[in-house]
Amino acid sequence: MTDGRPAIVAAGLRKRFGDKVALDGLDLEVPAGTVLGLLGPNGAGKTTAVSILTTLLRADGGRAEVAGLDVATEAAAVRGRIGLTGQSDAIDEILSGRQNLELFGRLHHLSPRAARRRAAELLEQFGLTEAADRQAKGYSGGMKRRLDLAVSFLTSPSVLFLDEPTTGQDPRNRMEVWSVVRELVAGGTTVLLTTHYLDEADQLADRISVVDRGRVIAEGTPDALKRRLGASQVDLVLRDDAGVAEAAAILARVSDAEPVVDRSRRSVSAPVHDRVASLTEVLQAVQAAGVAVDDVALRQPTLDDVFLQLTGSRADAGDDETETEEAAA
Amino acid sequence: MSALRWTVSDTLTLARRDLLHWRYEPARIAWSLAFPVMSILLFGYVFGSAIVVPGGQDYREYLMPGLFVMAAAFGISETLFGIAMDAERGITNRLRAMPMSRVAILGGGCLAAMVNALINFVVMIAMGLIVGWSWHDGVANALLAVLLLLLLRFSVLWIGIWVGLKISSIEAAGNVSGLLFPFTMISSIFVSPSQMPGWLQTIAEWNPLSSTVGAARELFGNGDPASSSWIAQHAVLMAIVWPLLLTAVFAPLAVRRYQAMSR
Repeated sequence: MTDGRPAIVAAGLRKRFGDKVALDGLDLEVPAGTVLGLLGPNGAGKTTAVSILTTLLRADGGRAEVAGLDVATEAAAVRGRIGLTGQSDAIDEILSGRQNLELFGRLHHLSPRAARRRAAELLEQFGLTEAADRQAKGYSGGMKRRLDLAVSFLTSPSVLFLDEPTTGQDPRNRMEVWSVVRELVAGGTTVLLTTHYLDEADQLADRISVVDRGRVIAEGTPDALKRRLGASQVDLVLRDDAGVAEAAAILARVSDAEPVVDRSRRSVSAPVHDRVASLTEVLQAVQAAGVAVDDVALRQPTLDDVFLQLTGSRADAGDDETETEEAAA
Repeated sequence: MSALRWTVSDTLTLARRDLLHWRYEPARIAWSLAFPVMSILLFGYVFGSAIVVPGGQDYREYLMPGLFVMAAAFGISETLFGIAMDAERGITNRLRAMPMSRVAILGGGCLAAMVNALINFVVMIAMGLIVGWSWHDGVANALLAVLLLLLLRFSVLWIGIWVGLKISSIEAAGNVSGLLFPFTMISSIFVSPSQMPGWLQTIAEWNPLSSTVGAARELFGNGDPASSSWIAQHAVLMAIVWPLLLTAVFAPLAVRRYQAMSR
């Protein structure tokens, strides 16, 4: 592809909307042909970062390159190399799937014939051939998402931006999107995916950058992050206040991380590595200490857990990013 | 291909998209026809029988030029919806992230709106002829009247684009459209301002819509201004000046608002 150069580089990106700092020196580097998961809560700056990288917004400071091209000075050339799928389905629902693909193909400056041929190919590839000539507003949520992705993939872009592609989608649609993304990646496309689902980043990304308040606060492979954060999360809910401190001490012995204590709910939780073995160990210790337990859970860590571990505060701090952008614009 | 040719080609592609909508949504065509028909029935026959036109001429003759202007003014809401919907859905951003002409993103909608407006006027003129309206001052003047109506439609287009980009929400577009109705009432569309109280008469006569209504009545030969005020006496001139003024104000605002999307 781009002779070993990274497909996406961002260095010290800054952006503010009025008083609100959206990006505060964001750094990214995505090697060609890999998937970067940009993980963070609403308001962390994910959409702002994607908007700058896709030439929709100008940065206040810093520098960014996509496919070896500067997003500020070579914006038109960047637009020819990228695809963008956002949270909402940016398709014309009055038109059919085929007409959407032909329309956007023509706007990508394909000839009428090339646009028709490419539309037919993509309808086939994204499993929409049967519904090709029906109005898109009658499509299921999953079909609309696939059509949106197909439009992003019209010119086989070298870099694909997926901004929260599964937010608000039901589990089946999420799986569909995941499988489409995996196929595209297998074809060599570089993908930047933003999400606030840890499992989605885990499923799709080669590397994850955790974003908070406009900067990257942790970066690594999903495995490395999970090693750091624990593969699973053990929650204990105690019967009385006295048990909380004792349970926290026990969890601290089993987990590498400091347990998180919520006194109002009398709950203690911590990440563990060996799922059932760790849980058994915790329960035996709790029983031996004579601490009364109301509830026990072993679960996948969520974005909240990641944030509690990394920042000590919950992930739900920010307001909705797009709303802030609109209010400031 | 040169940049200019791409601009033209992209504009045509996007205009075709808007016009394709009509083929898929015959209900919208029915609606856009139903509106003038209902207006003619409601105002021409229901209220019209109680309205006396100064000079004693047939009310439906007097009304039709007003309804043409009302259709042009209500065109704002169509543009507003289209722009707000594309912005809310992320289609505008998708287009902005594509290597197409940026001018065409607004230009395509404008072109489609003007084609729509022309079809709409032709249909309304046909309906006018059915209910007994006609032009009495020659084809050349009648065509000039249609040109002035299209000029008005073109100028309010920019108001629609500007507001549509500003609100970027389909729901808000519905609320804003509701404001159009009073604006069309306080004008010479339905009744002569000379029959209104003095202060309201001044507001109604200086309503930019009234100038186009007056000009259309004059050019179609559908009645006198029935007012000696300067603005009413210079309707044709003002039917050119007002739209040019509106365009000069709102087109730059709309373009600036569009460019501000990247700030």
